[in-house]
Amino acid sequence: MIDWVITTLGHLPVVVRTVILIALFLIPLMLSVAYLTYAERKIIGAMQVRMGPNRVGFFGFSLWGLGQPIADAVKLMFKEIIIPTGANKYLFIISPILSIAPALAAWAVIPFDKGVVFADINAGLLYVLAVTSIGVYGVIIAGWASNSKYALLGAMRSAAQIVAYEIAMGFALVGVLMAAGSLNLGEIVAAQKGNIGHWFVWPLLPLFVVYFISGVAETNRAPFDVAEGESEIVAGFHVEYSGMAFAVFFLAEYANMILISGLASILFLGGWLSPLAGWDAATTLPLIGPILDSGVHWLLIKISFFLFVFLWLRATFPRYRYDQIMRLGWKVFIPITIVWLIVVGIAVLAKLPPWWGA
Amino acid sequence: MLENYLPVLIFICVGLLVGTVMIALGFVLAPHKPDSEKLSPYECGFEAFEDARMKFDVRYYLVAILFIIFDLEIAFLFPWAIVLKDIGLFGFLAMLVFLGILVVGFVYEWKKGALEWE
Repeated sequence: MIDWVITTLGHLPVVVRTVILIALFLIPLMLSVAYLTYAERKIIGAMQVRMGPNRVGFFGFSLWGLGQPIADAVKLMFKEIIIPTGANKYLFIISPILSIAPALAAWAVIPFDKGVVFADINAGLLYVLAVTSIGVYGVIIAGWASNSKYALLGAMRSAAQIVAYEIAMGFALVGVLMAAGSLNLGEIVAAQKGNIGHWFVWPLLPLFVVYFISGVAETNRAPFDVAEGESEIVAGFHVEYSGMAFAVFFLAEYANMILISGLASILFLGGWLSPLAGWDAATTLPLIGPILDSGVHWLLIKISFFLFVFLWLRATFPRYRYDQIMRLGWKVFIPITIVWLIVVGIAVLAKLPPWWGA
Repeated sequence: MLENYLPVLIFICVGLLVGTVMIALGFVLAPHKPDSEKLSPYECGFEAFEDARMKFDVRYYLVAILFIIFDLEIAFLFPWAIVLKDIGLFGFLAMLVFLGILVVGFVYEWKKGALEWE
């Protein structure tokens, strides 16, 4: 069966084959996005000693509320999309698309296992940085096109915050590049081969922390969610959006969370590499050896861990004040990253083992 | 070489398509019964009395300008970081001079209060 599928795929034109493979990848991704919203409500519910959604199930069985995301999607699909008076109609509809397309397109260069990647290009990280930057246009255009004061305020806040943290994030990425010597994400993971001590999280620990916190700020998640601070500006840039147009913004936010988690796993935690790699006693065990060895499941475990941290942060921290956010981005993260770039540069030139030794 | 980038192009097109199809689905399936109250922009209960695209704080503009400077800096650092192992100490020191000039500018704007949001 699988052989037949592979040979049939092999005979198709490249474009058709790629589209089929992308569809086979995007369907599970969109499902994970849907169930991430469910996980968020369940986990935050548990942290606040509540049940979370527990009613909607399938075929009369409640199944811990597992049908909730499907029901939400169906509901949003049948809600009217209201375009307010004075809104710029075309920009109003384009901006959610501009928001979700980069969050999906960035996955083109993410490697899932050795050689398992849609486009094995040498400019991988540059492409990710470029494409994810486009997401901010969706926010600004949505705020501007809505013709609503709250939306405009939310968009301005969000844009200034995203660009401020983009700089800290860019500097953290430069540190990874210095350590790995390549823009190709597959080669960045290969540079962390060995055992758990070879992961870049150890020599680049400050950059890793800066990268992940910047990622939380970039996705406008709590505690950096002033762009949609409910108590101040209603819902921020998407206050005028309803129905499917709102759902697309919502999906884009969660898809971006998964993307940031995936990038953090690949750049700092060795991607698909197993933490037990290099410990032959474990990886050559008869039955569980292949599971303990490197593989795509380790990438999924790492992504799930980061997603849990995203939700954990939201349940734990109160919202930052806007001036505190800007201070953290400009006055704390940028100096830390610049200093650590110099430290990493010296370490690379000194061939510090075990990362850059012979 | 260039055909490696074909999946990227296709992926971008599929990404745009996903968004377009979802919103189109919303327009097709959902009802469409506008009235003037429903279409008015949200404004805490009363009528919106002026254009919402108002003046905003100039500091947002300042942040955007600073962003361009620093982002360009990062773009310059990218190729340098990749070949750092090959260019050795000389390349590293040259970049330190470059970074030093940036840091002087950064300290200047910090002291000037461009980064303050009271």
